[in-house]
Amino acid sequence: MRSRPAYRVFRVVALTIVVIALLAPLLWMVAASFKTNVDIYDTGKALVFSPTLDNYANVLEQANYVQFIGNSLWVAFAATALSLVLGIPAAYSMSRFNMKKSALVVLMARVIPGVSLLVPWYYVFSNLKMVGGFTVLILSHMFVSLPLVVYIMMGYFDSLPLELEEAALVDGLTHIGAFRKITLPLSIPGVATAGILSFIFSWNNFMFALVLSGADTKTLPVAIFDFVGYASIDWGGLMAAASVVTLPIMLIALFVQKYVVSGLTAGATKG
Amino acid sequence: MTAVTTPTRPPRGTSETPDTPAWARWANDHRKWLFAAPAMVFVAALIIFPLAWTGYLSLTDAEGSVRAESEFVGFQNYVEVLSDTDRFWPAVARTAAFTVVALLFEVVLGMAVALLLWRPFRGQKWVRVAILMPLVATPVAVGMMWRLIFDPNIGLANQALGWIGIGPQPWLAGQHSALPTTIFIDVWQWTPMVVLILLAGLTSLSDEPQEAARIDGASAWQRFRHVTLPLVMPTVIVAILLRGIDALKTFDILYATKGRGGGSFHEVETLNVYAYGLSFDYNEYGISSTVLIIFFLIIIGSMWALTSRRKEAQR
Repeated sequence: MRSRPAYRVFRVVALTIVVIALLAPLLWMVAASFKTNVDIYDTGKALVFSPTLDNYANVLEQANYVQFIGNSLWVAFAATALSLVLGIPAAYSMSRFNMKKSALVVLMARVIPGVSLLVPWYYVFSNLKMVGGFTVLILSHMFVSLPLVVYIMMGYFDSLPLELEEAALVDGLTHIGAFRKITLPLSIPGVATAGILSFIFSWNNFMFALVLSGADTKTLPVAIFDFVGYASIDWGGLMAAASVVTLPIMLIALFVQKYVVSGLTAGATKG
Repeated sequence: MTAVTTPTRPPRGTSETPDTPAWARWANDHRKWLFAAPAMVFVAALIIFPLAWTGYLSLTDAEGSVRAESEFVGFQNYVEVLSDTDRFWPAVARTAAFTVVALLFEVVLGMAVALLLWRPFRGQKWVRVAILMPLVATPVAVGMMWRLIFDPNIGLANQALGWIGIGPQPWLAGQHSALPTTIFIDVWQWTPMVVLILLAGLTSLSDEPQEAARIDGASAWQRFRHVTLPLVMPTVIVAILLRGIDALKTFDILYATKGRGGGSFHEVETLNVYAYGLSFDYNEYGISSTVLIIFFLIIIGSMWALTSRRKEAQR
């Protein structure tokens, strides 16, 4: 369908405004992370300033951010890996045997407010002296990532033709063999989508780590929150810390855009 | 004499060769639950059981230490919470206002942007990349970013207002402007989600009804209102459903921008922030569980209302 020139001009203008509105705040954050606090307070130096790496140096050296980055990576990787291991076979069963009720139970996790689980978790795990350890943190992040994996993979398995598996059975493979040798290799794009989404959501998670992490297991979002003390805010340092957590995830999204979008919109157009 | 060869086992379908070990055969026959059980057990252990416990705690006077004894008090907490016009009902009102206003802006703006992106054009890929960025950014970092931009003294927002001759606003620091400002932040971060979902819905539509309406001389607005919108309505409701659940549960940006209790006047204290504070700042586990159960029922109720609307829209 061809569009009229007037509409095309309008589209360019409107979308330019949209893109600026979405990106300018993020660029402002990154710019502030390269400013001294004096420059941040000087409104005349909003755009023209001499960049400095001091904020990043402070954050990475003094505030133990290297450790927090490591914690965030470990928790996100472990939660994602475990969710894939548990979630992919479950999604396969739920797709092939049409287990609607079981699927609904797993998807309930998306609906339940996290706080209502945190209270009992806190009860149990602090009595087991596990609060502050990685195990609890990883388990809690799986609460977010496992339903995501099941949801995305169910949609993916639903879309694969059954004929391929049936052909494999005729060729002498068992059902599990057909899953392992035929279906799973065909599902790599779906697995990638589920894995990337699960990683992003775990990396960004704040509330569970706020309650369940300790001084040594703190993840980046909690570390950023703790950056704001009672004294005046070190804006340069805060923006550097915020950039440290945000930029890697935005870079990932930039390179694997297709997967992120298909994961976020999974199931949205189905009945 | 006829030699009778008894098969070692009855054939169970075409797929098994005689040299399949017994355990593999067993696994194959029970694969449905073998595959589903680990995830189901995890869900039961970490979700269903804790939820049941929260329900139980809501009927007790549990407070203070998690090791402290607590007594069963029946529905006393529910009476107390539901008659609390000081914190509970204002929190309900804020949750409703936050969710409804944010959703309204997100769906209208999201639809507008999705329509602009519907037909392919040069550079579309870059617009889509830009749309993805707020969506994947860490919400706590986003909260901190807007704290700087909305700072009354040094923030970009008041500077920009100054350029067009409008006086400085208190934004997040104001008692009445804090909630609208957090709604703005939510709209900034999550409208892209609505755009992506609606775009997926629009792309899956066939071109024929559009073409037919165009040939019949329908204007662009008429085509949207009477052709596109009814067709894409099921997807709109999915977007409202997904976004609505998350908006009701918003926590990160509220806690990052206003801290404990939703600020000194509880300006942005929604149900989720209130329940979190009761649990982990004041250790009022009994009362907080009551608030959470009521909150959960509110979420389930709104979801149910929306899904029944979706079924209507699909008919």
